[in-house]
Amino acid sequence: MKDRHEIIPGVVSNEPGSSLKNSTSNYRRGQKPEFNGSTCINCFFCWVFCPENAIIVEHEKVAGINYDYCKGCGICVNECPVKREPLPLIMVDERVEI
Amino acid sequence: MSSMRALNGSSAVALAVKQAVPDVVAVHPILPTTLIAKDIAALIADAELDTEFLNMESEHSAMSSCIGASASGGRVFTTAAAQGLAAMHDLLYIASSYRLPIVTAIANSALSAPLAIGPDHSDMMGQSNCGWIQLMSENSQEAYDNIIQAYKIAEENGVRTPVMVGMDSLCTSHTIENVIVENEEAVTDFLGKYDAQNSLLDSDNPKTIGSYCGNDYYFQHKLEQSKGIESSRKAIKEVGKEFGDRFGRYYGYFESYKLDDALTAVVVMGSAAGTVKEWIDKLRSKGEKTGVLKLRILRPFPHQELGETLTQFDRVLVLDRSLVPGTDGGPLFNELKAALYEFENHPQVLSYIYGLGGRDLGLKHLEELEALLGETEDIETAGLKHRQVGYINPGI
Repeated sequence: MKDRHEIIPGVVSNEPGSSLKNSTSNYRRGQKPEFNGSTCINCFFCWVFCPENAIIVEHEKVAGINYDYCKGCGICVNECPVKREPLPLIMVDERVEI
Repeated sequence: MSSMRALNGSSAVALAVKQAVPDVVAVHPILPTTLIAKDIAALIADAELDTEFLNMESEHSAMSSCIGASASGGRVFTTAAAQGLAAMHDLLYIASSYRLPIVTAIANSALSAPLAIGPDHSDMMGQSNCGWIQLMSENSQEAYDNIIQAYKIAEENGVRTPVMVGMDSLCTSHTIENVIVENEEAVTDFLGKYDAQNSLLDSDNPKTIGSYCGNDYYFQHKLEQSKGIESSRKAIKEVGKEFGDRFGRYYGYFESYKLDDALTAVVVMGSAAGTVKEWIDKLRSKGEKTGVLKLRILRPFPHQELGETLTQFDRVLVLDRSLVPGTDGGPLFNELKAALYEFENHPQVLSYIYGLGGRDLGLKHLEELEALLGETEDIETAGLKHRQVGYINPGI
């Protein structure tokens, strides 16, 4: 975490929405989903099931993955109903930055 | 104007709570705390107390409700004992780390198994690590006085730490004694209004309390939390003096009874102190130079003051009303001995465990230990080894 954490007595977090400052990308360990829009049918299953709201939607179409918060769980890949190649969502290996 | 009333410890506590005017009382009373809850419920039914009374499904829920209500800016109260206090265990840590001035009355009882409802300090001893301030009462008067002081200590700026007030179950909670009760306005005035800091209901300053914290900041939070209970050392003394100035009964970390020119001392907590004082009176009349130190504050442990007082004696007899299996001597004994280690003069400290499960401590039982309080040579002639843990009337 880059921001200095203020110790307020009583474990009080008094900045609404401050959890956005915490990038959960470091939860990813070796794999991440990759999006290919050419075969995407915009069913929004990935968007519905993503636990981190990390599916980017622009102009009512799925546009990509927000890798600042994507934790690499792979639920989006699992839920995507499209079987036509190239698959809209696949898990790829990712080099882990320590 | 104060008045004298015949009250048992439970009613005395309920009256003190009434005079503190809590916003929420959340309870799931277990014997022997049922009379406290009953009295408070009766006061509400008779329109003598206007408070939100929550009948919760367990002690865990009762403490949970207290945490929510206190965090939202309310003055709250709950009561527990034995297994009931144990049921609150995980929440006690949360209440203290949230820095909430919750006051809880404990009717100190034995823990199952086997089931026993008599006086025993095991329940409170078992919660000494959760960051709460712990007060022990000798009788109904002290139970009443301690509840009132508890709110003032807990709500003090810089303290903001929950307080549990103990009194022996049955011996105090269910025994009617003379209690001087104070005028309601005087008590309400003494306590003032609870000024919550960081209330959850302050919608101008929205906040979250108690969220996840990684290992990069947990340590700092615990140190910050400790400042609260450390501040209470001063607050306890100040409130005890203020209470005395106001109502005539002064309180501190402990009561010294006939310790001035004593060579030996007995350390005890709770209702047994009364019996021990009688024993000391008898010994004094026989010419023995001995006295009693009745400990009132268990947390924060007054190690400095206890050390300064006890190191002047040749021998100290520590009476524990709880047994921690796997340790050498009672919990109070162990903590006291550790405190004395820092001082230059080390008296001989002996551990005696008594009254488990509510077994009565009578004068006749104490009289068997007379040799221990006599001249220090007597311990060798009495055949007792230095490190032996004694049991008073264990029945075996």
